[in-house]
Amino acid sequence: MAPSRAAAATVPLVSLALALAFGGLLILAAGENPLAVYRAMLAGALGDANGLAETLVKTTPLLLAGLGVAVAFRMRLWNIGAEGQLYLGAIAAAGTALFVLPGAPALVLVPAMIVAGLLGGAAWGLIPGALRAFLGANEIITSLMLNYVAILFAEWLVHGPWRDPQAFGFPGTPTFPAAAWLPRWGTTRVHLGLLFGLIAALLLWGVLRRTRWGYQIAVIGESPRAAHYAGLPTKRTILTVMAVSGALAGLAGMSEVAGIGHQLQRSFSPGYGYTAIIVAWVGRLHPLGIVVVAFGLAALLVGGDQIQLSMGLPAAIGPMLQGVILFFLLGGDALARYRLAWGPPRARPAAAATSPVPEARSPIASGGEGAGG
Amino acid sequence: MEETGGGASPAAVELRGITKRFGPVVATDSVDFVVHPGEVHALVGENGAGKSTLMSVLAGLYRPDAGLLLLGGVPTVFRSPADAMARGIGMVYQHFMLVEPFTVAENVLLGLPGGLRLETAAVEGELAELGERYGLAVNPRAAVWTLSVGEQQRVEILRLLHRGARVLVLDEPTAVLTPQETAGLLRTLRGLAADGFAVVFISHKLDEVLAVADRITILRRGRTVAATTPAETDRRTLARLMVGRELAAFVERPAAEPRPEHTFGAPLLEIRGLHVAGDNRLPALAGVDLRLRAGETLGIAGVAGNGQRELAEAVTGLRPVAAGSILIDGEETTGLEPGALARLGVAHVPEDRLATGLVPGLDLADNAVLRAYDRPPFSQGPFLVPGAIAGFADRLIAENEVRAPGRTAKLGTLSGGNQQKLLLGRELAGEPSLIVAVHPTRGVDVAATETIHRRLREQRARGAATLLISEDLDELLALADRIAVLFEGKIVGTVFANKADIEHLGLLMAGLRGRTEAGRAPGAVPSGG
Repeated sequence: MAPSRAAAATVPLVSLALALAFGGLLILAAGENPLAVYRAMLAGALGDANGLAETLVKTTPLLLAGLGVAVAFRMRLWNIGAEGQLYLGAIAAAGTALFVLPGAPALVLVPAMIVAGLLGGAAWGLIPGALRAFLGANEIITSLMLNYVAILFAEWLVHGPWRDPQAFGFPGTPTFPAAAWLPRWGTTRVHLGLLFGLIAALLLWGVLRRTRWGYQIAVIGESPRAAHYAGLPTKRTILTVMAVSGALAGLAGMSEVAGIGHQLQRSFSPGYGYTAIIVAWVGRLHPLGIVVVAFGLAALLVGGDQIQLSMGLPAAIGPMLQGVILFFLLGGDALARYRLAWGPPRARPAAAATSPVPEARSPIASGGEGAGG
Repeated sequence: MEETGGGASPAAVELRGITKRFGPVVATDSVDFVVHPGEVHALVGENGAGKSTLMSVLAGLYRPDAGLLLLGGVPTVFRSPADAMARGIGMVYQHFMLVEPFTVAENVLLGLPGGLRLETAAVEGELAELGERYGLAVNPRAAVWTLSVGEQQRVEILRLLHRGARVLVLDEPTAVLTPQETAGLLRTLRGLAADGFAVVFISHKLDEVLAVADRITILRRGRTVAATTPAETDRRTLARLMVGRELAAFVERPAAEPRPEHTFGAPLLEIRGLHVAGDNRLPALAGVDLRLRAGETLGIAGVAGNGQRELAEAVTGLRPVAAGSILIDGEETTGLEPGALARLGVAHVPEDRLATGLVPGLDLADNAVLRAYDRPPFSQGPFLVPGAIAGFADRLIAENEVRAPGRTAKLGTLSGGNQQKLLLGRELAGEPSLIVAVHPTRGVDVAATETIHRRLREQRARGAATLLISEDLDELLALADRIAVLFEGKIVGTVFANKADIEHLGLLMAGLRGRTEAGRAPGAVPSGG
């Protein structure tokens, strides 16, 4: 049964409070004062211009990849491959900057890299998409496996053919020409990619609500049988959704290398593609919700880094809190829908009759790790 | 109401002032209900009247927000259906709860306490004895999937009896039965009552209620509106009490009224030698030939599982055709996709409206344009046109008397009848030339049934050809020009509806008479009606 409107609003807040309380207990167990730690994290992530800027820097890839994940999840396509799609976008953008148009002016090169990043991610998303559409292969497995392929492919490139000969054996491509660098905001590392993310969120919001494609995603996601009955192009929509999902993750990868690293490095992503799954899910697959959650989780990551520096605590506190928060949010969701019953399991003969809509099952459990790298 | 005292014997179960709310919706509003040992107590009411909720309280599935449940005079709280069962209250749901690969005896054993050893032989003996006594004969060693629907229902009842149920609740048990099976079930229920069981019989079918019940309680919109006995009432009164107004079409049995003379048009649907496989890959249709003309309604009668679903799905493109051909308006349409057929003017009211014809998680507006969302005026290029969609949805809701809070309500929150009215309205909006309607009023209340039948008659008058698949003979007789009977994937007989004899149809449905019987219509319809 769906929770009431009031419950939908208060449950996440209560869950968050409980998560912080529980996380506080863990910090206490580590011999620290939870309030001091939380205050330091908050100050580090949001307290000054520098912290805020770093939070926005980490928001960018989480937002773009989170939007990509959400598009697929809305159609009950469990694309766990955002990390790999992000890598392919970065590889395609790096190749464009270094080898295809190395001498081009920024006005040509940056758009070309954007297109390359989108296409790279889309291609990587289309592989599990095509396997699912034409062969019925489970996209959870195929998209997850392709992550390793993409990460190792990037590894090979930066150690091998694309390695910077002047880097004394340090793995990484040469630095991109300056025309390939995304403009930054003042002296901070906040770059144009953030704007890509915000524009993508608004566009996606409109597209999902106001286009035939968005309608097809909603119907196929809710009821593949009804979609078949109504003559909706299910296979084509699987392909386009996986392409768009991958393209958004690819754009995240492009904006990381063009905005932050200015080169392709090994493991330049600390698992943004996995954290994006949490972002999408906690943001209820809603583009604007994802903007908020991407910012929140980015603050948690930055705050975790800050307490490592300022208090000498392990940076793992950030990801640990992230896990605890996710756990409590999902738990709160479950408790808002179901009632606990103690005792032996019982027959529920009318359950099938009373709730004909199967609940979407969360794939978080299989993809929630690796957030902080 | 005031019938707490009831009969001479103490009540088997008494529900007193039961109120159950789901959010803002009051499903039952201080309802009283008493059933005594030795009586059949019928519970009638439209869909959404609160029958199922009330019985779910009785069966331990729901806990009431207010009110008391008294078992043998003692206030009781059931913690679960198993708890209710343990105290002698058993329910037969519309969808059977049987494990199909298991035998009858194994299904009865399922969930019984006991050690590792299955006491199959003992149970088989007990079942045979119970079956003998109450006219529920069924082979205890037969696998459930090999049994007919009627036999499976007997297994459900036998299981409850074997567990020691003293109160039996049957939720629309006759919806899936042939007339003969129905008669048998009603005899069984009388026999159980005579042996001191308390029977609650939930039904829409007023003839059956009048035939079997000792007492009748009528619910409307969550309240008890009347408690009466068959001797004190009649069809017309019951129907009026159920819906709160007169229902001309329903009460006057339109089958009996002379049909307006009608000239049928050109053949619209032609099915030749159709072979289709079922879900289990076994042949579900084995050489079906049918011909349907514009303006004609062809009813397909049969007991569930004789190929009706596969026939409808093959004609509408949802199921591949193994052999044979389907022609619509003279054009070969075998193997076309459902969307392509819809564009050719084929409307489909599917058997399982919530799983196939509608999207319960989306709102009414989205459901209203499921067939036409990709065409003007509902889309322009890649964009939807929300104004056109909203206008169409509002019109559909109003014209089809869909009772809903508005077009932004989730479809799944509507009652079955209202869902079906929206679905039918949507399918008919495009003025289809062929309508394939499968059980259009199953699980739908009386008022919605009336609306749906009226809409289908309008389509016939307009010149649409209708393939009407139903297990409800009254419905077929009321709407169809001819009735063909499907049995084991073959048409075993075709009769004109106005000359049809229910007994004869029932025998055809049971596979007891071949196609050579007298009274069947010739394969081709004489022009001029």
